[in-house]
Amino acid sequence: MRTLIRSVAALAAAGLTLAPAAASAAPTPSPGASTVTKAGTSFLTATAIAAGQPVQVDASSGDHLYWSFRAEAGQTHTINATVSFPKGRSGRSTWTIDVFDGLRRRQACTAGAQTPTVDATATSVTLGCTLRRVRPWAEPWSGDPLPGTYYVRLAVTDLPELDLGLPIDADLLVSVDGEGGASGDDGKLKAPLVPNTRAGTVLTAEPMPEPVAEKKTSLTDWLPEAGSRWVWTTAGGVLAAVAGVVGFALTRRRRRP
Amino acid sequence: MINKRRSLAALLGLLTTTALIGPAPAKADSEGEPTAEPPKVELVLDVSGSMRARDIDGRSRISVAQQAFNEVVDALPDETQLGIRVLGATYPGDDKKQGCRDTQQIVPVGPVDRTQAKAAVASLRPTGWTPIGLALRSAAQDLGTGSTARRIVLITDGEDTCAPPDPCEVARELAAQGTKLVVDTLGLVSDEKVRRQLLCIATATGGTYTAVQSGDQLTSRVKQLVDRARDTYTAAPTVVGGSTECDNAPLLAPGVYTDREAFSEHRWYRVPVRPGQELRASVSVALDRPVNPDYGVLLRATARDGRELVRGVDADSGRIDVISAGLRWSAAEEESPTPSPTDTVTAETVCLVVSNSLAPRPGTEATPGMPLELTVDVVAASPAPDGPDLGRGWALLLLLTLAGLITGLVTGLLTRWWVATWREN
Repeated sequence: MRTLIRSVAALAAAGLTLAPAAASAAPTPSPGASTVTKAGTSFLTATAIAAGQPVQVDASSGDHLYWSFRAEAGQTHTINATVSFPKGRSGRSTWTIDVFDGLRRRQACTAGAQTPTVDATATSVTLGCTLRRVRPWAEPWSGDPLPGTYYVRLAVTDLPELDLGLPIDADLLVSVDGEGGASGDDGKLKAPLVPNTRAGTVLTAEPMPEPVAEKKTSLTDWLPEAGSRWVWTTAGGVLAAVAGVVGFALTRRRRRP
Repeated sequence: MINKRRSLAALLGLLTTTALIGPAPAKADSEGEPTAEPPKVELVLDVSGSMRARDIDGRSRISVAQQAFNEVVDALPDETQLGIRVLGATYPGDDKKQGCRDTQQIVPVGPVDRTQAKAAVASLRPTGWTPIGLALRSAAQDLGTGSTARRIVLITDGEDTCAPPDPCEVARELAAQGTKLVVDTLGLVSDEKVRRQLLCIATATGGTYTAVQSGDQLTSRVKQLVDRARDTYTAAPTVVGGSTECDNAPLLAPGVYTDREAFSEHRWYRVPVRPGQELRASVSVALDRPVNPDYGVLLRATARDGRELVRGVDADSGRIDVISAGLRWSAAEEESPTPSPTDTVTAETVCLVVSNSLAPRPGTEATPGMPLELTVDVVAASPAPDGPDLGRGWALLLLLTLAGLITGLVTGLLTRWWVATWREN
C-alpha cells in the first residue's frame, strides 16, 4: 500500500510540474530589446513593434501616434503608456489609447486607464489597456479578438486649442501574458487578420466562373495536429491503460522470503 | 514502467511528426512591396521680414531655422531626396502683387549636395511677404507625381499675407488630387491666427502641427519628420470613385483604395467572393475639417438584392484623426451534393456601402468630401469547428490516469479475492 501512495503522489507531482507556469504580467521590457524611437501617423504607416520592446518617442501634443504588433491565439496583451509634457499648459486634457484589430475594429480594454483626464498642473499622464485573450477562431459576425495585427493609437482627444503642438514625450510598452497555450476553443483562423496593404486594382469585369478545385487529400490531412483534442485524449487513454496495469501489479502478493 | 516509457516515447514521436508536417505557415506580414521610388520631402521655409525677430532662445528666428536646416542636411539619410523652397526671400518692396509671387526653390528635389545646400541656406536674409498658399502649390509641383506618399515640411512665423489663395484651401485641394501629399507644419510663434492656419493645413492633409519652443526642438522635430518620410512612405492607395448604388459600383480586387465621401453620403463598391472564401473589409474616414464632436461610421456588406449580410460600425467623440470600422463575412456552408469535376463555381458579388454620421460645423466646407480609406481582402474562409467529444489539458490526463490506476487496483483486489475463494472451495 505504501508503494501505491508513493506512486500516486509522484504522479500528482508530475502533473503539477507539467502544468504551464503562469507568466508574470509585470510591465518590464524584455532584456536586450532595442528601444523604438518612431511612431507612425496612420494605420498604413504604423510602426511595427514587438511585445516587450520599449517605445520612446518625442512628439507634439495633438499628434496621433500609431504602432502595430502581432498577436497569437491564447495571448493576452497589456499596453502601458506614459505621456510627459512640459509645464505651463492652459487647461485640462484628456488622453486616450485606442486599440484596433487588423480590420480596424475597435478592441475593448478589460482593465486599465484608457482615457484619463489630467489637470493643467500635471506633468505626465499614465495610460493602460489590457486586451481580451486572443481566440484561435471566432464567427465572422463576431468582434472577438483574433490572431493577427493589432494597432495602438495614442492621442489626446480633448485639450485647449492653445496647448496644441507643444512638445510631449511618449513612452509605451506592450507586454504579453501566456505564450500560446491550449485554450478551451476549437477551430483555427485560416488566415490571420493581417491587412493587405498593397495598392488595389479596380477590376473591369466580373471574374469568370472557375472549375471546382478537386479536394486533395493527403495522409497529413488525416493526422491530428499537435495539441488537438485527439492527441490529448489518446495520450490520456494510454496513460490510463498503463496506470491500470501498474495498479493491478501493485495488488500482487509479495513472495515471502 | 518499461511499458509506460515506451508509450510516452511513441506519443512524443507522434507529436513531433505532427508538428513537423503541420499546417503550412500562415501568410507572412505583408509590409508593402519595396518600391523603387525614393522617399521625397521638401522643406518650405518662411524668410519673410518678421523672421528677424529675436525671440527663440535669444536668437533670431532665421538663425535658429538655418542652424536646424544645417543639422538636418548633415543627418540626411542617403536615399532620401530633399528639396528646399523659400518664400519671401527676395522682394523687399511694398507691392503686394509682386511680393506675393516671391517663392523660389533653392535646392531642387533630388540627391542632396550637402555643401551646396548649406551654402544656399546660409545666404538667406529675412526680406519680404508670406505667400504660403503659393509656396505650398509650388512645392507640390516640385515633388511631382508618383506612386508613393510625399511630404512637405512648412516652417513659418506668420500667417499668410497673400490670400487668396487661402493656404488651407490650397492644402485641401492638393490633398484631393491623386498624389498622396502630407504637409507637416511648424509654427515659430504662438499666435492664435498662425496656429489656426497651420493646424488647418496639417489637418487637411493628415500632417502634424508643432509649436516650436526652442532651437533644439525645431532641429529634432524636422529631423524626425524627414526620417518619417523615409520610414513610413508606402505605396499610396489606388484612387477609386464609389458610386451611388450597387449595380454600377466599381469592382474591387484585394488591396487598399482611397476615395472621398461627403457628409451623409453613401458610397458603394463591389467585391467578388467565391464560395469557401471570406471577405474582409475595413474603412477609415478622416476628419480633415472641423466637425461636430460626436460622429460615427458605418460599413455594411449587402447581397445583390439588398439583403444585409454583416455590418461594421464605430462611433466616437472628441478630437481624432480617423474613425474606422471593419467586417468579416463568408458565405454559409451549403450542404450540396458532391460536385462533379465539370461543375463550376461562380463568384458571388458582395456590395459594400460606406456611410458616415459626421456633421459639419457652421462654416465648414462640404466639398471635396472627406478622405476615405478602404481595404479589401479575400482569404480562405475559416469554417466553424466541429468539436469532437474529446478533451484536452493536463487535468484530463491526470483524471484518466487516476481512473486507470483505481480500475487496475480494484481489478487486482477482486482477482485476488476471487482466486482465494476459488482455492478454498
